[in-house]
Amino acid sequence: MDISVNWLRALAPSIDGSADDLAAALSARAVPVDRTVPVGEELGDVVVARVVEVGKHPNADRLSLCRVDSGMGDLLDVVCGAPNVVENALYPFIPAGGTLPGGFKIERRKIRGHESNGMLCSEKELGLGRDTAGIMRLADDHEPGQALVAALGLPDARLEVDLTPNRIDLACHAGVARELAPGGVADVVLPPFGGPDWSPRWESGEESASAGGVRVTIEEGDRCFRYLAAIVRGVTVGPSPEWLQARLRAAGARPINNVVDSTNYVLLELNQPLHAFDLARLAGPEIRVRAARNEPHTTLDGAEHELGREVSVIADAERPVALAGVMGGADSEVSDGTTDLLIECAAFDPRHTRHTARATGLATDASYRFERGIDEAGMEGAIRRAVELIVATAGGSPDDVALRVGRTPPLPTRVSLRPSRVKAVLGLDLSGEQIAELLKPLGFGVSEGTASGDDGALDVTVPGWRTDVRAEVDLLEEVARRYGYESFPHEARSLRPSTVPDSPVWQRADRARRALTSLGALEARSSSFAPEGQTSGRPARLLKPLSEAESFLRTDLVPILLGRVEHNWSRGHRDVRLYEIGSVFQSSVGAGESTAGEDVSVIEDIRVAFGITGLRQPPHWSGAEYDLDDWDLKGWLEDLGSGLGLGEIAPGRPDADGDDLPFGFGRWLGEESFCILRNGRPVGVAGRVRDDAVDAPVWAAPVYAAEFRLEAVQLEDHRSYRDLPTFPAVTRDLALVLDRSVPATSVADAIRSAGPDTLESLAPFDVYEGDKVGAGQRSLAWRLVFRAPDRTLRDSEVEEGMGSITHNLEERFNARIRSS
Amino acid sequence: MSLRDEQGDLRETLESIRIEALEAIQGAADSESLEEVRIRFLGRNGLLSRALSGLRDVPAEKRPQAGKKANQVKQTLETALERRVDELAALSKPAQTAGSDLTLPGRRQWRGGVHPVTLVIDEICEIFGELGFTRAAGPEVETDWHNFTALNIPLDHPAADMHDTFYLDDGLLLRTHTSPVQARVMMEHEPPVRILAPGMVFRRDPYDASHAPAFEQVEGLAVDEGIDFIEFRAAIDYFVHRFFGPSTRTRFRPSYFPFTEPSAEVDVSCIICEGSGCAACKRTGWIEIMGSGMVNPAVFEAVGYDSERYTGYAFGMGPARIAMLRYRIPDIRLLYEADVGLLEQFA
Ligand SMILES: [Zn+2]
Repeated sequence: MDISVNWLRALAPSIDGSADDLAAALSARAVPVDRTVPVGEELGDVVVARVVEVGKHPNADRLSLCRVDSGMGDLLDVVCGAPNVVENALYPFIPAGGTLPGGFKIERRKIRGHESNGMLCSEKELGLGRDTAGIMRLADDHEPGQALVAALGLPDARLEVDLTPNRIDLACHAGVARELAPGGVADVVLPPFGGPDWSPRWESGEESASAGGVRVTIEEGDRCFRYLAAIVRGVTVGPSPEWLQARLRAAGARPINNVVDSTNYVLLELNQPLHAFDLARLAGPEIRVRAARNEPHTTLDGAEHELGREVSVIADAERPVALAGVMGGADSEVSDGTTDLLIECAAFDPRHTRHTARATGLATDASYRFERGIDEAGMEGAIRRAVELIVATAGGSPDDVALRVGRTPPLPTRVSLRPSRVKAVLGLDLSGEQIAELLKPLGFGVSEGTASGDDGALDVTVPGWRTDVRAEVDLLEEVARRYGYESFPHEARSLRPSTVPDSPVWQRADRARRALTSLGALEARSSSFAPEGQTSGRPARLLKPLSEAESFLRTDLVPILLGRVEHNWSRGHRDVRLYEIGSVFQSSVGAGESTAGEDVSVIEDIRVAFGITGLRQPPHWSGAEYDLDDWDLKGWLEDLGSGLGLGEIAPGRPDADGDDLPFGFGRWLGEESFCILRNGRPVGVAGRVRDDAVDAPVWAAPVYAAEFRLEAVQLEDHRSYRDLPTFPAVTRDLALVLDRSVPATSVADAIRSAGPDTLESLAPFDVYEGDKVGAGQRSLAWRLVFRAPDRTLRDSEVEEGMGSITHNLEERFNARIRSS
Repeated sequence: MSLRDEQGDLRETLESIRIEALEAIQGAADSESLEEVRIRFLGRNGLLSRALSGLRDVPAEKRPQAGKKANQVKQTLETALERRVDELAALSKPAQTAGSDLTLPGRRQWRGGVHPVTLVIDEICEIFGELGFTRAAGPEVETDWHNFTALNIPLDHPAADMHDTFYLDDGLLLRTHTSPVQARVMMEHEPPVRILAPGMVFRRDPYDASHAPAFEQVEGLAVDEGIDFIEFRAAIDYFVHRFFGPSTRTRFRPSYFPFTEPSAEVDVSCIICEGSGCAACKRTGWIEIMGSGMVNPAVFEAVGYDSERYTGYAFGMGPARIAMLRYRIPDIRLLYEADVGLLEQFA
């Protein structure tokens, strides 16, 4: 919302201070001001000039040669590029040697072979408005040579206000003036326009009324609460006077003609949207507010619409002539030949306005206000002001009788405000009188103790323009901001601890993050969305995705992480170790299985995933470099499995059948994969990523990936101290040759079961398959450590233990023991 | 028969030499003993040469096969020797192999790290943790009741425009803020409640330099008897001073959120120019960091709290934006690309 500072001062001369001061005050007390923009500064070199003659430039189609009277005596030759230059009209002009705002100097120069002695300017070039369509035509009542600043009542400044949805009352100059004037509402007086006053006699009706040969009917009272109409006859449509155009430009609006500018002016001054119809083009003439009946309509922006019942329209006797509360129609628009007007001032229902705007894809200044609610009590004043401005700028005379259809404006809202509540919520000890002093300047009526029995409660009457204030808490906010957020005292308060325990979800995430970070992986935060090809199971689709590539919720983290690995490859990174903790989603088969416990059809699981590829260690000048391989993956899994208490790492893939949250990304992995089992149930899957599952450059190393449930991370701490050994250990190596189908874990189990209690640990240290051990066989070498807690082991004891171990292995696996 | 036996004997001899030699090589603790091992097995009169002399007893037609085996063993041992030489050099005398040039870089491990946004979230949680706040979690797919209605946002109200929402199905959506977690916690726990709700939120904003359709948010909520605007401001000031530094100033401005009233936007003095005005703060000297306010009684009523007895405050901030400010990351998309070049900077 653009606010002109000159306009504010015209409404409330008590408003003092620079534009920046006003912006700071408004930000501190009400709504933010994004920035302040000077309007019409640095225009000292610009004068009013008359274009006496317009000719074609012989060497350029788009340019014209103008003879310009800038009040200096001689006519000047000026080359002009604007399409809208008209003979005998007045325009802002900078003679050669002058400068534009911002310091651009205008020189005398030749343009396509013809000399140009200055420049005719557009609004935008002068920093006056936002229109760039052509040069800025001035009203005819100025003299060439007059300083533009004096002609336009400048300089001004524009406040670009960032309205919050609740403060619709600040979408107009009177509203901002009330907020900024030291005396508030009392300081705001609408200045007269210099024309005759107009005080009509109202012809009223609940559903219908007529006067001056015009009938107004509200067919559907839920769509339109009130409809006021005034007739003005004999107007002359033309450009608005300069002051009016300047005001509109400073407030970011484009001047059109004196009638439309007048209604826009009242909109921007009082927040009341108005519309002027060409009375001669209304069939009947009559106005009917009704639902559309699947009929065509062209809005004044030229767009054609087919209107269904959800759309509310203003119709004449035959057809829609406007979209109610949104935009006028092309057929009934005010044009140069218009003489008689019907001025509409209505209160449309917010919801229906929203439906009309949505159905037609339009959002206008009018719909913005109607959607948020307008001040019904201010409508008579607004239409009166519009009629007076039209008569002052376009002539003509209004009918003495005006029409008023619909309900009487609702009584002002009354809200009770307890000073005890001010103390409880704001912490301020304010008396009723002090509170009244804060509220009254904003237009609130405040009297003590009449509304309720509560001690000292204030009875507050809400002004009609404050549609957002309905409850006590709304008044608390008024008190707080008028008191000044920055004026609150600084005091410390004691705290009571929360009854809510720290969520295990975040505690598990902390542990997983620490574990993966210590393995050397980097945390990624990637997309929650996925294309269909990267999903599995029953993915949940978004109703309105931003793109096809983001049309589903991810069902697995691994495919998304692999996409990130590919991204890193594309940046030339070969060594990539990423992990992510995040939610995955599946549509559920039925109700009752949701995380939320409601009848929800999407279930959600938080997962931890990693994707790793490249060198095992950073490259170093001293030695060989190895890429991560299957055993690194298994090592990571073992570290995580024991460090996070995930469970057992087992070869193979889980059976996905019957699982609500399957690890569907298994198809991205090759044959040799692992699953993480907890009590026999899979809580994670890992493996080497298939070469055809990623788009790898030739220099890339194999990729390994894993994903597991965050829920599998254990929070209980089962650690307890074991006594450190005091007696030496005895180490024995055991080399076996046995059938290669016997898994290492079975051998280890057999060693443990046959070994004595003093067998402290065992680990394989060499595995060999090949011609030396014969087909179908392999050699497995183990290192066994024996230790007794209470004595030094004798050799014979160890030999005995080794004997029963080897015997067991020979028996069970037909293993050959190779002497070492 | 006997010929085959001779060949078999040789084969076994070679194999035992291989095993014995490999162990001896691996067992050699320094270059002197390694040299002894080399002489013992591979020397001119070493065990391998002596075993090969047995080749003479092998018939001519079998000799190439036996010779091949012998060569394999020899190569294996030579390779193992070389590797052990390198290993011993690296183990015992790294400075010597580097020519005593100690300016050469050392041997490192890959460093892992958490995401910069996580760094910010964790720090926020830690600081509010000092004020008695715990962390809460909730689903990312929400009902519109939890996301809007319970938070005093009517679905058919212009305020809902502030949330351009991803819908999945009737009444199901991706949460547009983590505030629904607050509603869930209040429905389960009685005051005093002091919680933080970190997590992903979703808005239908296409990616650009400052927007992403999914991003992180941390919201906080405190509810108890006797919490007033003054305590609210004190808590936020405490956070700002701990997070941005003790000289950082705060500024509270009126704002609008349906679930708080009075509502306030919190600005901090620009951490880049310290208030003198720069591009990051749009020359204002201030940076908006959170929306906040006193909890609207309508929210308490929706979750079944006594709105006369309890008061509270709530706040929300974007850790991604704060990370961008703190670490001078110019484009939000960089945070979600998972480029190791960026992530390593925070490892
Ligand atoms: Zn700055």
